[in-house]
Amino acid sequence: MSRRLAPGAVASRALLHFIIVLMVLVWLLPTLGLLVSSFRPAHAVASTGWWTVFATPFDLTQYTLDNYRHVLFQDGMARAFLNSLIIAVPSTALPVVIAALAAFAFAWLRFPGREALLLAVVGLLVVPLQTTFIPILRLYSQWGAAGTFAGLWAAHTGYGLPFAIYLLRNFFAALPRDLFESAYIDGASPWTAFWRLALPMSTPALASLIIFQFLWVWNDLLVALIYVGGTQEVAPLTVRLSTLVGSYGQEWHVLTAAAFVTMIVPMIVFFALQRYFVRGILAGAVKG
Amino acid sequence: MRGERAWAALFVGPAALLAGFYLVLPTLQTVYLSFFDRNSQALVGLDNYRYMFTNAAVQTAFRNNLLWLVVFTAGTVLLGLVLAVLLDRVRYEAVAKSIIFLPMAISFAGAGVIWRFMYAYRPPGADQIGLLNQVVVALGGTPRAWLIEQPWINNLALIGAGIWIWTGFCLVIISAAYKGIPKDMLEAARVDGANELQVFRHISLPSLYPTLAVITTTMIINVMKIFDIVYVMTNGQFGTEVLANRMYKEMFQFRHFGRASAVAVVLLAVAAVVMVGNIRRFKREEEMR
Repeated sequence: MSRRLAPGAVASRALLHFIIVLMVLVWLLPTLGLLVSSFRPAHAVASTGWWTVFATPFDLTQYTLDNYRHVLFQDGMARAFLNSLIIAVPSTALPVVIAALAAFAFAWLRFPGREALLLAVVGLLVVPLQTTFIPILRLYSQWGAAGTFAGLWAAHTGYGLPFAIYLLRNFFAALPRDLFESAYIDGASPWTAFWRLALPMSTPALASLIIFQFLWVWNDLLVALIYVGGTQEVAPLTVRLSTLVGSYGQEWHVLTAAAFVTMIVPMIVFFALQRYFVRGILAGAVKG
Repeated sequence: MRGERAWAALFVGPAALLAGFYLVLPTLQTVYLSFFDRNSQALVGLDNYRYMFTNAAVQTAFRNNLLWLVVFTAGTVLLGLVLAVLLDRVRYEAVAKSIIFLPMAISFAGAGVIWRFMYAYRPPGADQIGLLNQVVVALGGTPRAWLIEQPWINNLALIGAGIWIWTGFCLVIISAAYKGIPKDMLEAARVDGANELQVFRHISLPSLYPTLAVITTTMIINVMKIFDIVYVMTNGQFGTEVLANRMYKEMFQFRHFGRASAVAVVLLAVAAVVMVGNIRRFKREEEMR
């Protein structure tokens, strides 16, 4: 095949690159604008477009950390950041552990009602969380669990289970049958088969699930709004950010910095572990 | 194996209890509560549903959800499809994909702020600080208040933000399926003289139908529950409310738990259709294992 392309082909290649670059810009510029604005002084953000910094991008005097100081220590984003961590870590660990146990039973143990329960899990994947809020919130209010970390951990655990069980069960079920049969012949208990065989062989699936659940909880606004509401001592970043949007409206130097504080952890996770995150997404295309 | 049932109970028990407590029971109870008054004291029959289908504000929420359903679903799936096919032809595919996928990792609340800022409005003549209006002005147009002009501009502006978030998801899944199409099948068609459009139309597209069906249902499920974007960007003002936001308001602003439950039941009804389809598909796949 000749290396030289016909003029028509060159034109269509150019068009292809043009369209793709345009699309990439549409996906890149909004986030870039947020990032740049979060480092600009209040008066500059309010009076000129963020893109004007690119006239003299290396003039460092046009950047400031004041916005971050403001949102972290005056607007409570530092506290909210800590709350997000306190919420997200147990809300990731608990459902993964509980789901792994159940998924193993669904894949490798025989018990009455297994098929029906498994179908129930698949059905629960798409149940809107909205249909659970009112009864649970009422119970929480009676028990004093509304506005507590524990209440949120338990809720995220319950809500995360169907997807976690579904994903892990599919992975466990694909492991070779001989492995478990010979383990049982050697006298291994289901616990040993689970702990020594299934789990170590499933690290990629577990990694995907952990990342997926962690980001899900970290980014959750609705569940936190319902069960924590305005309780500042417990509210995560997303709730705090939406409160700031309500009170600051158009003060973009504050809002951009606050939004970036909510995004920093997910972005690190994303760039460091993108492979696993994508795998989780592919495995869970039916997640509700 | 001896004691297998006991082990199974031990393994499945905690999950079954939690899922039953947090998902199954409250869902049933919500259906029940939707037939009661605001404090769940008196039975009111279908009043809450009658309210939903006659009240103007709830009608607006229905209309907006429908608009979201059509535009958001079509937008994300089509853009994902087009991008998957186009990106397959360039060497910087991985980088471009990462960039388009990135919004999936950040919160919708954060993305809401990003797009509120994109849509920021200054009157004509003043320096624009929102990128979209700057582009409009640079092209010789007049700036618009994207989030205020009802009913189409602001709702489409919100949906645009939603599409920006979810396109990466569709792209990644469609792209994986597209790369799974045997290359020699496409080559054979090209050798037979088919142009790229014909190859896409008659070979690639039909092989992608199952994937597109799964994604479309996923997007429909997502769109019914859409909440964060609207909550952060307009809080449902200027005629932008959707059902999930309406439910939140009925719950916390109007304290009417009967009506809030009825809204939730409507969301559940849509999900139930998808649920039946998913269960059927799962059964079929299990039989093939």
